[in-house]
Amino acid sequence: MITLEHVSFRYASGYLALQEIDLNIQGGDFVAIMGENGAGKTTLAKHLNGLLKPSQGRVLVDGEDTRKVSVAHLARKVGLVFQNPDHLLFSETVKDEVAFGLKNFGFSPEVVEKQVGRTLEALGLAEYADTSPFLLSGGERKRVALASILASEPDYLILDEPTIGQDYQQKERLRNFILQLYSQGKAVVMITHDVEFVAESNPKVILLSKGQIVGQGSADSVLSRDEMVNRASLVKPQMSRLFGELAKHGLPRDVVDVHRARILLEDKLGEVKAPVAQNP
Amino acid sequence: MLIPALLFASVWVMVILLLSQLPLLFIGRVARRWALSLRAGVFLSGLIFAVNFFTGSVFSAIALTLRFLVLLTAFSLFFMTTSPDDLGLALDRIGAVRWLSRKWLGYPNALSFTFTTAVRLVPTLAVDAQTVVDAQRSRGLELDRGNLLRRIRNYIPILIPLLLIAIRRSLELAEALESRGFPGKEGRTSLFQLKLKRGDYAIIGISVGAIAVSIWVFLHYRVPVF
Repeated sequence: MITLEHVSFRYASGYLALQEIDLNIQGGDFVAIMGENGAGKTTLAKHLNGLLKPSQGRVLVDGEDTRKVSVAHLARKVGLVFQNPDHLLFSETVKDEVAFGLKNFGFSPEVVEKQVGRTLEALGLAEYADTSPFLLSGGERKRVALASILASEPDYLILDEPTIGQDYQQKERLRNFILQLYSQGKAVVMITHDVEFVAESNPKVILLSKGQIVGQGSADSVLSRDEMVNRASLVKPQMSRLFGELAKHGLPRDVVDVHRARILLEDKLGEVKAPVAQNP
Repeated sequence: MLIPALLFASVWVMVILLLSQLPLLFIGRVARRWALSLRAGVFLSGLIFAVNFFTGSVFSAIALTLRFLVLLTAFSLFFMTTSPDDLGLALDRIGAVRWLSRKWLGYPNALSFTFTTAVRLVPTLAVDAQTVVDAQRSRGLELDRGNLLRRIRNYIPILIPLLLIAIRRSLELAEALESRGFPGKEGRTSLFQLKLKRGDYAIIGISVGAIAVSIWVFLHYRVPVF
């Protein structure tokens, strides 16, 4: 479990990026951190693996204070995938790139090879194993970056803007992949602006604004409320806007995903159809 | 400041120069940032002192360390109070720079623009470097692990992404410039026109005077180290 206790963080410039954050993340959790640009999302993510240490309060990863252990030690448990893959790709081949972390963690060559193969397969990158990562497209490079973290199977996976630059089918694959991970008992934390992606995946949503948590709860309870969505400089997902307008027909407002919308609308259609059918 | 500092190796000259710089730091409101750059210069000053202490006398060591501080302060003063944009504009007004740039790069303002861009990219590159270090540490990289050779090799995963980012950025910058019609035609005008004011002439006068006096002193007297 990762526990944040009253975490505040001030950059050397004096800018207060996080204020009194309390948060628990445990195995099986799927959390989306959302908020306006500069809300402190990435700063928060960097606290989870000890890259940044809190100015006040503390962060515990499986009981260990991040101030007392090295980032390399925490990185085995907490995988942080950066937003821009260009900040981490450097190897000659995709295979070497994915193996880099595993070698740093001291895995044996056999394990490294096995894990690299498995991860590339899982992310649809197997055909590029011997290609240079720099010859790949932006979306593919992003998946290589993800693979390079996933290969060591961290218990907690932190993704900074994973959906940027991915086409819709890739996003769908990413969603399924995340689902698989947290149903296996891993924790997935995702930083994102992508309301539609969040609406369809139904994680626990944490809204961050000006370094403070301003709202949290299930995706349908948070993303369907105007005041919360506005505060975090987001726009409601399309399904929520539709159900906002359908509320006058006695439908609930807090619908954000297609699945639940379908069930509700089919019920409603059944009610409308039933009298028609009885009246030939 | 620079020329007297380089001409003489006397403790007193350095002290006087350093003292004359202090009020300027406060007028320019850069005293805090200057203090920060001093902190970065501590190691180098220590080194300079140590080398000169063992090769020369205590006084020459003090003088040369102070000379380093004078130079550091002079450069800090200049770069902290002058925006790169103004500097570029000023360079662009110098006939010799335009002539050289035209001969060498084909356009009169290419050289001053190159200079401005280079100065401005430094902070951006520093931010990128920090992000790359963070990203690689998140993959278990420990920079200070192993023997010397190993430690140097540890920097490969930092330097390659940084280099590629810089190259990619410069290509993008070139495209952005071209799509906005850079370098334009001869006789391009500027939104901001730099003008020399009375204060500027005064500073130029004082500087030229100080340089003249110090050259005169240098030629006619031997200034003792202490």
